[in-house]
Amino acid sequence: MNMKKLMLSSLLFLAFVSAYAGGYRVGAQGQRALAMGHSGVAVVSNAELAFFNPSGLVLLENNLNVAVGATGVFSNVRYQNPNTGQFSQTDSGIGTPFYLAASFRITDWLAAGISVTTPYGSQVEWPTDWAGSHLVNEIELAAIFIQPLVSIKVNDYLSVGGGPIFVTGSVNFNRNLTRSLVDEEGVRSNVEIDDSGITNWGWSASFMFTPTDKLNIGFNYRSEILLNAEGGEATFSNVPNSPAVPAENGVSAFDATLPLPAEWSIGATYQFSEKFMATVQYDRTLWGVYDSLDIAFPESGTASINPRNYKDASIYRIGAQYEVNDRFTLRGGFYLDESPVQAGYFAPETPRNDAMGYTGGFSFNVNSKLAIDASFLFLRFEEIDASYDFYTEDGQQAPFGGTYKSNAFLPGLGVTYKL
Amino acid sequence: MKKYIFLSAIASLALLGCDPEFDSSIEEGDFYTAGDADFSNFVSVGNSLTAGYADRALYREGQMNSFPNTMAGQFELVGGGEFRQPLMEDNLGGLKLNGSVILDNRLVLAVGENGMPAPLPITGDPQTDLSNPLSGMFNNMGAPGAKSYHLLAPGYGNVAGVAQGLANPYFARFASSAEATIIADAAAQQPTFFSFWIGNNDILGYATSGGTGVNQQGNFNPATYGANDITDINVFASAFNDALTPMLENASGGVVFNIPDVTTIPFFTTVPQNPIPLDQPTAAGLGQIFGLYNTQILPGLQGFGIISEAEVASRQVNFQAGEGNFVTIRDENLTDIAPFLQNPPFSLPPEIANLFGQVRQATMEDLITLTASGVIGTPVGQIEFMGTPVPLINGITVPLSDQFVLTPQEQTNISQAQTAYNATIEALASQNNLAFVDAAMLLTEVSESGIAYNGGVLTSEFATGGAFSLDGVHLTPRGYAFIANMAIQAINQTYNASIPQVDIGNYKTIQPSNNVD
Repeated sequence: MNMKKLMLSSLLFLAFVSAYAGGYRVGAQGQRALAMGHSGVAVVSNAELAFFNPSGLVLLENNLNVAVGATGVFSNVRYQNPNTGQFSQTDSGIGTPFYLAASFRITDWLAAGISVTTPYGSQVEWPTDWAGSHLVNEIELAAIFIQPLVSIKVNDYLSVGGGPIFVTGSVNFNRNLTRSLVDEEGVRSNVEIDDSGITNWGWSASFMFTPTDKLNIGFNYRSEILLNAEGGEATFSNVPNSPAVPAENGVSAFDATLPLPAEWSIGATYQFSEKFMATVQYDRTLWGVYDSLDIAFPESGTASINPRNYKDASIYRIGAQYEVNDRFTLRGGFYLDESPVQAGYFAPETPRNDAMGYTGGFSFNVNSKLAIDASFLFLRFEEIDASYDFYTEDGQQAPFGGTYKSNAFLPGLGVTYKL
Repeated sequence: MKKYIFLSAIASLALLGCDPEFDSSIEEGDFYTAGDADFSNFVSVGNSLTAGYADRALYREGQMNSFPNTMAGQFELVGGGEFRQPLMEDNLGGLKLNGSVILDNRLVLAVGENGMPAPLPITGDPQTDLSNPLSGMFNNMGAPGAKSYHLLAPGYGNVAGVAQGLANPYFARFASSAEATIIADAAAQQPTFFSFWIGNNDILGYATSGGTGVNQQGNFNPATYGANDITDINVFASAFNDALTPMLENASGGVVFNIPDVTTIPFFTTVPQNPIPLDQPTAAGLGQIFGLYNTQILPGLQGFGIISEAEVASRQVNFQAGEGNFVTIRDENLTDIAPFLQNPPFSLPPEIANLFGQVRQATMEDLITLTASGVIGTPVGQIEFMGTPVPLINGITVPLSDQFVLTPQEQTNISQAQTAYNATIEALASQNNLAFVDAAMLLTEVSESGIAYNGGVLTSEFATGGAFSLDGVHLTPRGYAFIANMAIQAINQTYNASIPQVDIGNYKTIQPSNNVD
């Protein structure tokens, strides 16, 4: 009952999800995988495969498989600068990444499926006019991936799968224009950029290798997708009435490109006994594509250049599951998430350093068709002294730095249905 | 029901799990100490610099960025309390008395149609009226315009005296009574810590008026002083001491500031002594007029024994085609030759004789006021001389009057008083174990080499340097933040405290705006 409501509201108000993995990648695309350190590329368990490794869908026992779920993201970032005494903390808004996966077996060797997920997104809300407000007051990114899939069993050992991805995204970003510019009333000059319905296409492809009954080896690749916001709305406000200031109040158009980087995963699962299974997985996200966040204002011919210089980053995952009885399955896992952010580029809009994710969860079989999947993730970040050095005023660099400490807790619920 | 319990359990877990804690937290007080000082009740005494006055007005934003308010913000990290300021009603800064404006709105930097920026008053109907006084005590007791002896003057905040210039309009807004003194109102708050910066106006009025006032050395009765006079050094010393003493009573400590060198401020360093470009015909015309003056009149007067050879030399006026001609000024230390010029053999008409009366050309040693920038080069009519019409132009054929020039003699009057004041201030600071800020040295450094900060260099360049507001005398929020930092540094040293300084790059400089009439 409540769960249904929760699902519904998640889908209706899905909008925004909080970043809690490297960059603005949000790893919460399946409760069973998430409970095992978000390892799913080599796990044949339910329809979650549609995201993690669509080639495995054809290996599912049932003809119809559905998995839906959503996760509540409670995250918090603290900032302080002992040199100046400034401190701040993000508002812990609740993000709700969700997934919907379904597959249908057409023949022994062919299955079709669909995956709807929100693998990228970010929601960071600092107090307005905080110490770093010239870099960001608030940011909300959301992207929904909709992917039709096929899964083909090539032979007893190998299956392949994949399909095109349709992405629709939105971005909202608010920051103050400079560290000190105000209007005649002393209110900080501000710009907010907003665009939604930004669409583009990508694809994913995968294979699953099953050399024995007990061993699965999986690989998945998802292509890079560029979200090109063209003709979005940039709203300037509280800008003083002066030709000496390179902006004026009102709405103008902006163009910007936000890359959703390519990612590949490889993993293996071994069924140690009838009840016990363990899995390992390695992910590589090709963040190197995120070089700079450039926001161009074609009407005035100006641009805001914000170097990011991300590097490709890895995630190392392990997980295990134990079937206690027919009704109850327990899962646990861990992962190590490397940040793509390099020294000197630590911007408070995505204040992520390396993180350790501790996960757990269970499935409860209500009957032979329906199971409830629950998971939780606790993400722990080391305290870090970091700075963003590439903000400039009048051609002079003015680094913004301090100490950051973040945490995130993500409880999630889902259901698995099979027929 | 069970599900709700389960969900709320998860939610509370989430909140617990989500509150990241620093190993050492600023918020939890792990970083800084007040040392031997107690900042729980911080009171600031002073003049415009303490009030946060800028751009020729007192307005909200300036007050929010006053150096004591910035200090109080940092003191909060070490047990500082609320810091109440007598805030103006708006960000315009104009002041009314019974509905009519007695003080203009603040200056903003407006870009004219010709593309040239100029400081002009911002448009708007100011809402601050002296007929609505504030109530309660204020931690910031800074009263723009106050001189040292005003701190002790009963009635200085009497609104009834404002119209006649007998009282200070700013203090009148928050004085506890008509007869209150600034220092009594400050001391009544029993400050645990204080800032004390007074004496600037004891020389500043004289300086910015171009030395039109009187150097009152030897006159021990400040009641007879005019607004533009220099306070006698002994009057200053005793007023400073008498005002400081009640502040010391309950305080764990305080910080005092000395008096900066007024000649380094943009008010005196912006307009050059030689700003006049001339084309060939104009220079030739002027050459004829002043050639006669240089070669006939002056030697003639020397021949009559009216002026010395040295004065003949100093009074030579030479204009040449091209840039860089020095302005002509009226120097009241020169012999007034106008009466002689009206007599034979010169027999000049009085209006022309007056123009030559005390004229000389400025030298690099003179300082031209910022207010002269709108005066130099403006035509004011023409006059007949030796049968030809001569255009009257300020700074060329019409010498700049006394109020626009600070001559070397006037500068000496100022610096002598300043030196004596500063000796008093430093001695009293050290005698009472107070933190001391050498504002004179610091602002000279801003002026000469600039002060590097995160993202720039703070200098005294008018409008662009970042330190000084558009009146050329008072500081910007960034300039005041620099002062607050230097005060914190001195306090840390004196009281073994460890209070962090602010990043002055976060504080604004001047306001660009075309909201002007």
